[in-house]
Amino acid sequence: MIVRIMGEGQLELADSHFVELNRLDDELLEEMEAGDEYGFRRTLGALLDAVRRLGAPLPDDALEPSELILPSPDATLDEVREMLSDDGLIPG
Amino acid sequence: MSGVMKRMGMIFRAKANKALDRAEDPRETLDYSYQKQLELLQKVRRGVADVATSRKRLELQLNQLQGQSAKLEDQGRKALALGREDLAREALSRRAALQQQVSDLEVQHQTLQGEEEKLTLAAQRLQAKVDAFRTKKETIKATYTAAQAQTRIAESFSGISEEMSDVGLAIQRAEDKTAQLQARAGAIDELLASGALDDQSGLAKDDIQAELDRLSGGTDVELELQRMKAELAGGPSAQQQAIEGGSGTNQNQGQQQSHPRFEK
Repeated sequence: MIVRIMGEGQLELADSHFVELNRLDDELLEEMEAGDEYGFRRTLGALLDAVRRLGAPLPDDALEPSELILPSPDATLDEVREMLSDDGLIPG
Repeated sequence: MSGVMKRMGMIFRAKANKALDRAEDPRETLDYSYQKQLELLQKVRRGVADVATSRKRLELQLNQLQGQSAKLEDQGRKALALGREDLAREALSRRAALQQQVSDLEVQHQTLQGEEEKLTLAAQRLQAKVDAFRTKKETIKATYTAAQAQTRIAESFSGISEEMSDVGLAIQRAEDKTAQLQARAGAIDELLASGALDDQSGLAKDDIQAELDRLSGGTDVELELQRMKAELAGGPSAQQQAIEGGSGTNQNQGQQQSHPRFEK
């Protein structure tokens, strides 16, 4: 499966890793909904680290759709919340 | 229940599909997308150039300030040698103010350098993607035209529309990266517009400000005076103390001042 880290690039991961990643991802969502900025930062960091550790980077000129997308490492809770609201992410 | 990465992926896909729904002729859409990508790439490149320009300007200003600072120290030393302690004090208080600016600028310079490296890397990646997209676009256009000519459109079209959704995602991906870059470049533009990067020339301080600086920088000046006196007398005993006392306070103030500018 291909995962994009915004601002960094795409990585290819074996499906077997997704149990672990899903756990962190759900935790991240909970923290975002609870407005727990500290927890959010910690979990986002852990999730990105896991993706980087388990995945193999795709070449820059590859044109593959990403199945999963992650915010950039320096994204704040508010920014991510805005991206997930209806009008966010891509203007227009 | 879906996590953040799944939801973000879904939103990207929904956007890509919406963009494709609006398209009548896929060939036009492809050309248009390519045009858009080139424009975005251009913007990113301009961003890189802007950051580099600001960085160079900061370097010039730093050099200038350091030159002036050295000159003031020299003047202070001469004044002291002539027995004019009041003049020496004045020169050193001005120098203390300059040093404050220098450390502020150094923090800014570092941040800017980091941004520049990130932007340059991102621009290179984007360039590679745009190149790959151009090749793919021509292939798809040719396929589409051929399919039309062969009047097997109905059959071929299903294959193309699958391909199209990949390309649509590629467009979105190029855009997601660029939106981020624009935000970064925007932050720097804002910095320039707000004058935060321009306002280092504040050397022409009025007398009141100088007096205030003298009051606030008083301890540093006293220490410097002592150091110079010791130097003139030939003993380095006070030197260590003066350096430690000076740099500690400068750093703290510098960080506090520059942080909010960059986080916006």
